[in-house]
Amino acid sequence: MSSVASPASAAAPSSPEPLIVARGLTKSFDGFEAVKGIDLEVRPGEFFGFLGPNGAGKSSTMRMIACVSPVSSGTLRLFGLDPARDGARIRARIGVVPQLDTLDTELSVQENLWIYGRFFDLPRSECRRRATELLEFAQLSDRADSVVEHLSGGMKRRLSIARSLINDPELLLLDEPTTGLDPQARHVLWERLYRLKQQGVTQVLTTHYMDEAEQLCDRLVVMDQGRIVAEGSPRELIDRYSTREVLELRFAAGTNDQHGALLAGIGDKQEVLPDRVLVYADDGEAALSEAHHRGARPESALVRRSSLEDVFLQLTGRSLVD
Amino acid sequence: MSTVLRIVPETFVVRRPHRMIERHVVAYRRQWMIVFSGFFEPLFYLLSMRAGVGDLVGDVRVGGRSVPYDAFVAPALMASSAMNGAIFDSTGNVLHRLKYARIYDAALATPMGPADVAVGEIGWALIRGQVYAIGFLAVMAGLGLTESWWSLMALPVCALIGLTFASIGFLGTTYMRGWSDMDIVNTAMMPLFLFSATFFPISSYGDWGWVVQLSPLYHGVALVRAANAGVWTGSLVVHALVLVVISVVALVLASRRVDRLLRR
Repeated sequence: MSSVASPASAAAPSSPEPLIVARGLTKSFDGFEAVKGIDLEVRPGEFFGFLGPNGAGKSSTMRMIACVSPVSSGTLRLFGLDPARDGARIRARIGVVPQLDTLDTELSVQENLWIYGRFFDLPRSECRRRATELLEFAQLSDRADSVVEHLSGGMKRRLSIARSLINDPELLLLDEPTTGLDPQARHVLWERLYRLKQQGVTQVLTTHYMDEAEQLCDRLVVMDQGRIVAEGSPRELIDRYSTREVLELRFAAGTNDQHGALLAGIGDKQEVLPDRVLVYADDGEAALSEAHHRGARPESALVRRSSLEDVFLQLTGRSLVD
Repeated sequence: MSTVLRIVPETFVVRRPHRMIERHVVAYRRQWMIVFSGFFEPLFYLLSMRAGVGDLVGDVRVGGRSVPYDAFVAPALMASSAMNGAIFDSTGNVLHRLKYARIYDAALATPMGPADVAVGEIGWALIRGQVYAIGFLAVMAGLGLTESWWSLMALPVCALIGLTFASIGFLGTTYMRGWSDMDIVNTAMMPLFLFSATFFPISSYGDWGWVVQLSPLYHGVALVRAANAGVWTGSLVVHALVLVVISVVALVLASRRVDRLLRR
């Protein structure tokens, strides 16, 4: 019963100090503005995502957060520190998995981990101990002495993640970690990332795969052309910007526009894409029978749950991966 | 201390360059033959000068003294090998790590900074150059080409030459677009090697002596010759100063280039 301590301890769990705070953050390259003023907060333990197409400004934002790219304007704080003044101190506390592997191909798998640990000033014995643990975690123990060049894409990715954890980071930055991996390798990676989340590691991810964002992120922002266009949990975004279900109809080539007109008024909204027509409706089956009733004869019809891709389409009128 | 460091932009803060060197030690453990082979080129040059050219040329008059041709050329070859080693390490290898292996990108995601990378790379080139210089000096001693214990001073002089050329090489490499630009390096080094008062004294150049003085290697050669002869004069301070100034300027610019290239 300590009356002095209780206000503080009551406040702490409900609003922990954010790990990342950005206000009006911009990034320009030779007159081109890649990030056009974004605000965001990431709290400890959160799995936060940037979703958006190529060129949306996700990677530029990530590089600023990783303290390897100076902020053009606005403010950015990590752990309450300013990257412009305390870049090295911040980097000591974060792990980075870059978009393209930057593994050291002249070193073996475990040497990659040792040397990286040394860059963080870890003692040699500590580097070895952690490397053994991390190779176990990344399922690479039997490849410890292999040359990096001979690893598969999935193995290299796992090694990149293992390397990013060598300093036991409080914050892990993952820039498109599964791009270019086969489905099986992606699932193995997702499982490892989920384990880290359970261990309390804060993670920030960029991706242009909506299933990845839905699987992993507690909260995410959708970015388009350097701006944040929506923010929330995957479920919230779907509820807010889309209907419960989506009816996908495929018609004979070249007849989508004409069928779009035929379907006008069914469900909440219709979207005519080059290859198919989408009907947003809370009851997809009802929308389909209404379409049949009006004389539409699609080559194929599919009723599915709404996804983040639909959110993106609603927000920007464009498909996410093009 | 920490407040002082905060005022210096991170680009120029040097705190852990030895980590880069540690990386190279581990990487070259498996490739020690490559390191070892760099020792032989200047050695073969020296032997050919001694066996063949020396007999044809006879003695050379420098600074009022007459010395056999191989004793005249040996210090210059030592200086040239310091240059070659430094340039070799700071151009091709650095280009590979900078543009293709992207090792520096990985390093800069850690507490390492651009100056740690630049100083570390140049430091490694220096260490490698010193190993060759020690070997070369040992051979010179074995052939009776060293004149006194002063010859040992050729080692720190070679370190300075190595520092100068490693800094220049590293800086130049940050401007390279790809492997084809490596040809420029070879094209630039040949005249430096031939016309830095290496194979004949500067007096042979007549009115064109001032051109030779523009070569950093010329100043290095002058210093190694003085060390080997044990003859110390005031002009050596100027030679040393030229090399120090070039090194410092190139090093500062190189750190800034790494920053500009990799931390956009």
